[in-house]
Amino acid sequence: MKAFYSFLAVIVLILVAIIGGSIANLHFFFGIIIPYVAFVLFVGGFIYRIIKWGRSPVPYRIPTTCGQQKSLPWIKQAKIENPTSALGVIVRMASEVLLFRSLFRNTKTELREGENGPQLAYGSAKWLWLGSLAFHWSFLIIVIRHLRFFLEPIPVALQMVDSVDSMLQIGLPQIYITDLLFLAAITFLFLRRVCVPRIKYISLPADYFPLLLIFGIAVSGILMRYFDKVDLISVKELALGIATLHPVLPSDIGAIFYVHLFLICCLFVYFPTSKLMHMGGIFMSPTRNMISNNRMVRHINPWNHAVEVHSYAEYEDEFREKMKKAGIPVEKE
Amino acid sequence: MYKGGRIIASLVVFVAILAFPFFYNLGKANAGPVINVPTGSQCVEPVAYMRANHMQLLNQWRDEYVRQGKTVYVNSQGKSFNINIDTCLQCHYSNSSTTSATAVSHPAVSTTGASNPAVNTTEASNSVVNPSDQFCVTCHNYASVEPTCWSCHNLPEGANQ
Repeated sequence: MKAFYSFLAVIVLILVAIIGGSIANLHFFFGIIIPYVAFVLFVGGFIYRIIKWGRSPVPYRIPTTCGQQKSLPWIKQAKIENPTSALGVIVRMASEVLLFRSLFRNTKTELREGENGPQLAYGSAKWLWLGSLAFHWSFLIIVIRHLRFFLEPIPVALQMVDSVDSMLQIGLPQIYITDLLFLAAITFLFLRRVCVPRIKYISLPADYFPLLLIFGIAVSGILMRYFDKVDLISVKELALGIATLHPVLPSDIGAIFYVHLFLICCLFVYFPTSKLMHMGGIFMSPTRNMISNNRMVRHINPWNHAVEVHSYAEYEDEFREKMKKAGIPVEKE
Repeated sequence: MYKGGRIIASLVVFVAILAFPFFYNLGKANAGPVINVPTGSQCVEPVAYMRANHMQLLNQWRDEYVRQGKTVYVNSQGKSFNINIDTCLQCHYSNSSTTSATAVSHPAVSTTGASNPAVNTTEASNSVVNPSDQFCVTCHNYASVEPTCWSCHNLPEGANQ
């Protein structure tokens, strides 16, 4: 049911976009105004969320590591899992951001029939890791590829990405490897939520909606490239117009393009309000991005209230004469 | 803000990456590709079809000519064309020495929008497209699409890839 509502929401968005794409008077609104608004909301929302998170107090190191802490010299330290240097932290964060290290350690739990009744069994579960990795990397490469619409002249590096991605040279226009990977990965990520009962139980509309929205974006893009073809030159004129801040509106782009564009704009607007903010949030994981030097360095709680202290030395300075008169021993004459 | 300096610096980098296309294109005109389009005559198939499917048509021609030995293509309106790259070059390529009326440049951008180089055949100006940029090159460079034609075929004289 939750998946159904999300599906319905995406369908409504697609219908809105089809209406916008098929009525020529709305093209200016859907082709130029909404993308600008979406971009501004995305950037603004993203900054707002990050600043808001940045204001949360992080008083102490919270090491939840699975590596040996730096200890006696003859005990080998896990320098990346339990880093005591900035370099170690950078490597740990990079492996987290680029390779999804934590997800790689994902395990599954099962109750099995053993000899003496049910037994709890743990095993490795790499499918989610593999699916996420394929999804995120394909998405990144697809986004980078799309820069060809926004840049003129197109940098050589971008052309190389393009030619590597289409190196299979299947069909015309050539099929992109990332397109296939992306569709496969997102289908897997969706089916996982629908088919595994435990995951289905904890899935919310906020989990299904972005998946379906991104699926819609991918499908509309693939339709536009391979089936219901749009005029690429007009698309680039529109995109470049947006990027040069002198928007022009080519008249004859197909309605399917507006579906693609509108869904992307929806994703942009939705992004800062949703779980998709893990894109920025992962860099702020307190258990991952701090040097594990809890005991090596003295950490003082940054918002400790300033307590006025009166040390014994100061006390003695203040009352020395009186103490001497009363015969109380003093440390300093 | 705790470690606010780093967070704000990261955000600045992030926004700079997002705004990269805006900076990259700063001050540049949104000039579309310029190609030779003859006035008044139709390509092998209607414009919309050609724009979407020219690559498939070329593949089809290749297969028919090389594998099936057909040398004539009959289009959807019953008109016949020689299956030959010269059929394309007749209209879409002109050597700079032969300044003909068929070579027409079309500024792809006008402030009124609604401009497309391949469709904009009515307003003929007499400027000739630089032969090295003609034919596939301008549009394909503009859209970053690399045709595989030239891995086997010779380019028309004077053209660059």
